[in-house]
Amino acid sequence: MTDIHVSDFRPLQRRSDVHGISRPSLSYWEDAWIRLKANKRAIVSLYLVVALLFFTLLGPLIWTVDPGLQDLDQISQPPGTDRSAEIVADYIAWDGVDPSAGSGARVIDVPTTQVVRLKWDSLPGANGHRVYRNLFPVGNEFAYGIPVGEYFDNAIDFHEDRLDLKPGRYFYSIVALAADGSVTQTYQTVEVDVVRVTTLSEAREQGLIQTDSDLQIGDSINLSAHPLGTDYLGRDMLSRLMAGAQVSLSIGIGAPLFFVFFGVVFGSVAGFIGGKVDQFMMRFADFVVALPFLLFMILFKIAFGIGPGESGIMPMLIALVLLMWPATARLVRGQILQIREQAYVQASQLLGAKTNYLIFRHMLPNTLGVVLVTLTFEIPKAIFVEAFLSFIGMGVAPPTPSWGSMSNEGIKTMLTTPHELIFPAVFISITVLAFNLLGDGLRDALDARMRNQE
Amino acid sequence: MGWYIFKRLIQGIITVWFIATATFFAMHSVPGDPLLNDRAVTPAIRANLEAKYGLDQPLLTQYVIYLGNLSRGDFGISFTQENRQVNDIIREHFPVSAILGILAVLFAALGGVLWGSLTALYRNRLPDYIIMFLVILGISVPSFVVAALSQYSLVTLNNAVGQTLLPVAGWGTILHMLVPAMVLGLSTMAYLTRLMRSSMLEVINSDFVRTAKSKGLPPARIFTRHQVRNAILPVITVLGPQIAVITTGGFVVEIVFAIPGLGRFFVEAVQQLDYTVIMGTTVFYGAFLVFMVIVVDVLYGFIDPRVRLK
Repeated sequence: MTDIHVSDFRPLQRRSDVHGISRPSLSYWEDAWIRLKANKRAIVSLYLVVALLFFTLLGPLIWTVDPGLQDLDQISQPPGTDRSAEIVADYIAWDGVDPSAGSGARVIDVPTTQVVRLKWDSLPGANGHRVYRNLFPVGNEFAYGIPVGEYFDNAIDFHEDRLDLKPGRYFYSIVALAADGSVTQTYQTVEVDVVRVTTLSEAREQGLIQTDSDLQIGDSINLSAHPLGTDYLGRDMLSRLMAGAQVSLSIGIGAPLFFVFFGVVFGSVAGFIGGKVDQFMMRFADFVVALPFLLFMILFKIAFGIGPGESGIMPMLIALVLLMWPATARLVRGQILQIREQAYVQASQLLGAKTNYLIFRHMLPNTLGVVLVTLTFEIPKAIFVEAFLSFIGMGVAPPTPSWGSMSNEGIKTMLTTPHELIFPAVFISITVLAFNLLGDGLRDALDARMRNQE
Repeated sequence: MGWYIFKRLIQGIITVWFIATATFFAMHSVPGDPLLNDRAVTPAIRANLEAKYGLDQPLLTQYVIYLGNLSRGDFGISFTQENRQVNDIIREHFPVSAILGILAVLFAALGGVLWGSLTALYRNRLPDYIIMFLVILGISVPSFVVAALSQYSLVTLNNAVGQTLLPVAGWGTILHMLVPAMVLGLSTMAYLTRLMRSSMLEVINSDFVRTAKSKGLPPARIFTRHQVRNAILPVITVLGPQIAVITTGGFVVEIVFAIPGLGRFFVEAVQQLDYTVIMGTTVFYGAFLVFMVIVVDVLYGFIDPRVRLK
């Protein structure tokens, strides 16, 4: 054994460079942000979400067309259609005189979107005629199309069609009627290429030309622009999509904000108090979960009622909040129960921390990450529910546009003008996709236990 | 075990009572008059109608009568379809929804297990990326868009072939059921694929798989006997609630494909404000959901001995 003397020891000099932290310390949120930035999919989704918010909030300031305004010259126009229209004189009724004195089923004058004038020779054995219009040739099945005129007098051999004409090709059939007024299989058909026209007064009304403009009949002008086309009532798709975005996103983001907040309060109270109260509160949450969700959404919506002239956004918000809070409440309760047992909470309690301090300083901030992830995942769910309800006609009331109700209107004309369905559907899908991917990224960044699970 | 089942059943009955009560009071706070018809009704007829539907009683008495009828399984008479029992309506339309739902779940489960295990086996390679992209797409595209698009492609397909290969809408033969069931099961399939993938990834790296490999078992046998069998458990767990959710959530598919199921009938009843049908359907579906979950929980206890029934 060697003797150790005090003189063998000497005080070590304080060296700050050894214990110094070479990197700046990272808070939980800074760490999460770095992780999120490394996730390309999440960042792209974040950009998408920001772009959508710009589209929703700033879009209507840039594209100022009224979403309710009908452009009757351009109904169900897909995007990129030719907008030029020839200016013609105002409509004057026709007396049925054919200046060229032709024969057979024929078109008099140039067929325009203003009027198509048909003249025919009386068919053999006819007791009058019925005029049909179709988008396709008649064919073997005698598919004449929609009836546009009917005459029980063989002397009348002309018809003026002014019904909802669009530029393009129509097939008109003049069908002989039997003595009892039923349709026979004797018919004449004529193919018509309709040209788009407008009148000076209409153009002035729509603000396409100045009042003092020197445009003449026969000149051509451009009708108002619709970058994404128009819907079945001639309303501008782009401005409707923007207005619809406001409705869909205010429900899709607003409702989750409310019910996640309510869930946090409910769950943390239950988890913190514990015991009988906790059991009772969670049993109540279980009951709400057991309600058949979509049926009760519809039920609550009709129970709250939509008055005349109301958009129906509020009833849907309330119904969503009433039905969707328990998931968050359960989650937050579980978190609180875990955190309550943590050593740092007990230490804080030992140091004399009050209940308020414990809740707001330790408990809630530590559940915030989980809550944020839940919020991000609840948003696409709420958007889906809104779209779904509006689609079956139980959502926002017309004429208020929402992406769901626009899809509902678009699906009826899916075969002829698919753009009316595709645009709102794409917007719903992109929004839901962006929030889902962002939620995945946030979960990976914020929740250490869920990390690397996939 | 018997005590557990009994306890769950009692809980289920209380839950159904809660659903029935919520439905009753929600329906009775609907603004408007249930007997308001297009035809003008004289006070005498009106009084008779009110007596027939029990609307002349005070609300609490109505509630007690309603609960009494429910406990006998009687949902009452339809408001808009004269003399038609709600029970008959459910008996007629629910089997359609149920068949559609079961087919959809079968489709979703088979697809989910298959795609999920494939993506796990090909992790971070091309098949994984393609399938997972499709899965994300399946989760993000609303069901009515999928339904509309599939109907559109059916029309195109039938036109191209020149005859009706698969009917575009309607109900009757197995051919009518195929496409709607696929559309209905699609989002569940996407969900199950993700679940199966993560559970499969866990199993692949486990010791017993390594043992199986090292004792020289052929990969196909390892795949079927060791990997899928163990990875499939979480999928089975969520399958029960999913059957109920799908069966009760088929509105859109039933509407788009013109299928005479209970979901479509419910939407029609809501549009016509047919009070008894709405209440009956809601309570029936609620009870169906609740007891499906109980049945699955009990069955699961038999299948997996590791699950301890408390």
